[in-house]
Amino acid sequence: MKKDQYILGIETSCDETAASVVKNGTEIVSNVVASQIESQKRFGGVVPEIASRHHVEQITIVIEEALKQAELQPNDLDAVAVTEGPGLVGALLIGINAAKAFAFAHQLPLVGVHHIAGHIYANQLMQQMEFPLLALIVSGGHTELVLMKEHGSFELIGETRDDAAGEAYDKVARVLNLPYPGGPEIDRLAAESEATIDFPRAWLEADSYDFSFSGLKSAVINYKHNREQKNEYIDAGEVAASFQESVVDVLTTKTRKAAKEFDVKQVIAAGGVAANKQLRNSLTASFNELNIPFYVPPIALCTDNAAMIAAAGSSMFTYGVRGSLDMNGRPGMELKSWNK
Amino acid sequence: MIWLGIDTANTPLSIAIVENGKIITEENTSTPINHSLRAMSAIEDAFKRSKLEPSEIDQIVVAEGPGSYTGVRIGVTIAKTLAWTLKKPLIGVSSLQSLATNGLFFDGLICPIIDARRKHVYAGVYQSKNGELNQKVEDKHISFEALIHELSAFTEPILFIGQDVELYQEELEEALGAQAVIAPFQFNLPKASSLINAAKQMNKTESVHHFVPEYRRIAEAEANWLKANKKG
Repeated sequence: MKKDQYILGIETSCDETAASVVKNGTEIVSNVVASQIESQKRFGGVVPEIASRHHVEQITIVIEEALKQAELQPNDLDAVAVTEGPGLVGALLIGINAAKAFAFAHQLPLVGVHHIAGHIYANQLMQQMEFPLLALIVSGGHTELVLMKEHGSFELIGETRDDAAGEAYDKVARVLNLPYPGGPEIDRLAAESEATIDFPRAWLEADSYDFSFSGLKSAVINYKHNREQKNEYIDAGEVAASFQESVVDVLTTKTRKAAKEFDVKQVIAAGGVAANKQLRNSLTASFNELNIPFYVPPIALCTDNAAMIAAAGSSMFTYGVRGSLDMNGRPGMELKSWNK
Repeated sequence: MIWLGIDTANTPLSIAIVENGKIITEENTSTPINHSLRAMSAIEDAFKRSKLEPSEIDQIVVAEGPGSYTGVRIGVTIAKTLAWTLKKPLIGVSSLQSLATNGLFFDGLICPIIDARRKHVYAGVYQSKNGELNQKVEDKHISFEALIHELSAFTEPILFIGQDVELYQEELEEALGAQAVIAPFQFNLPKASSLINAAKQMNKTESVHHFVPEYRRIAEAEANWLKANKKG
């Protein structure tokens, strides 16, 4: 009988200190997240130095809790997987150095995971991934369409040329004076209002799967300024709904077109913005119509967590990928295939 | 009794294993290499050279700051993770006290200096008595000008120690004349063995989970936030 595989995952790339144990790459045994939202709220965004300071305060507590909930000892583990990049370098370094010290203390193999690979593999915790697979990654730092022909193989077919979708959400939320984090607020307001304003949609070249959100963001800012100058009322709900409709329209249309072109068997969405209700509904409806299975993880697995890092780490570990004690934080790390 | 010492608080890296009052191995470098690239590998090398398993150490000591925020955090994260998972006691030692320990045999006052940029330094004042250090002025983040002012209260000779002293040497000699003694270069590197020596004289154990760096300075965003919210 094959022995079960247990991977400890550690994630500190932004403002969540997280640790998790995943069994056989598919089953969450424990999943602990210490969020800094309450502290970062004061600054209206994530301050890197504050994030790093909180990670040092939480890191061993969170790892201990993950092992405790899993009822496992360090020597029950097969490997330690940690987010190597991209992200805030000072924040990444806390998880990486804790992972290295832990791996060294117990002579465990170490695996450095790409944060986006983690977001994609969050889906493996919900259902088996089927290939070819198209992944839409939308978060505060990323807007990407990735084609996977098999496990551990990634082909970037489209990405944002300026702001990430989540970044546009945060900026528009700030323009509308909404509390941090702005994404869920816009989603909530939009659900109660109608999209009456015709904001632009950046389709770019006809054959491009790239995205651009800075024009949309500027359009929202201009709209607000114009109304203010004329002393006209600004309905934040209508602005939120119209902005969101533009974002969701572009994301859905491009994902749909790519899914058809590459004849994929499965479409998945991942990343913090994949927690957005309107986007989830729009993608679900669109792929129902095309009869292509579409999945998006529950919200707790869309936002940053360590279970997804352990899940991706599990696949990497199985393919023989190993990190070493000189691992560094890689803020601009590129997503590379690991199946070769 | 086997001690592991870790100092990544500033540019220099120092890792030592001390067994029963003897240095078994010590690595001291001062190259501009990111500590994340070297610190953990240096610890692994130290264990290999000492033919020890990680679980065989009895006590972990780390430079808790002040210094480079990221540098201090790398050492503290490694030290607290090792201490927690190997169930070993942890002691944090000021990186200024570690430098002062290099000047343990100086007859007078010892003032370790770490540059904090913009004409500010991290500094403290120590005095050694019977091979032990007493703190005369608390470690702090202070403008160089204010430090000179504080030092003018003393009449004893003052040993300035640390790699960053050279940035201020002229001004120190100008302000304090013969009272200022500049440490020879071989004493200026922080050493994990000095860290362990300092820790041995401290009667404390840290709460590992709650152990954090001594930044001696709040984050800029936090300072601005406090200022804005005091006004309001």
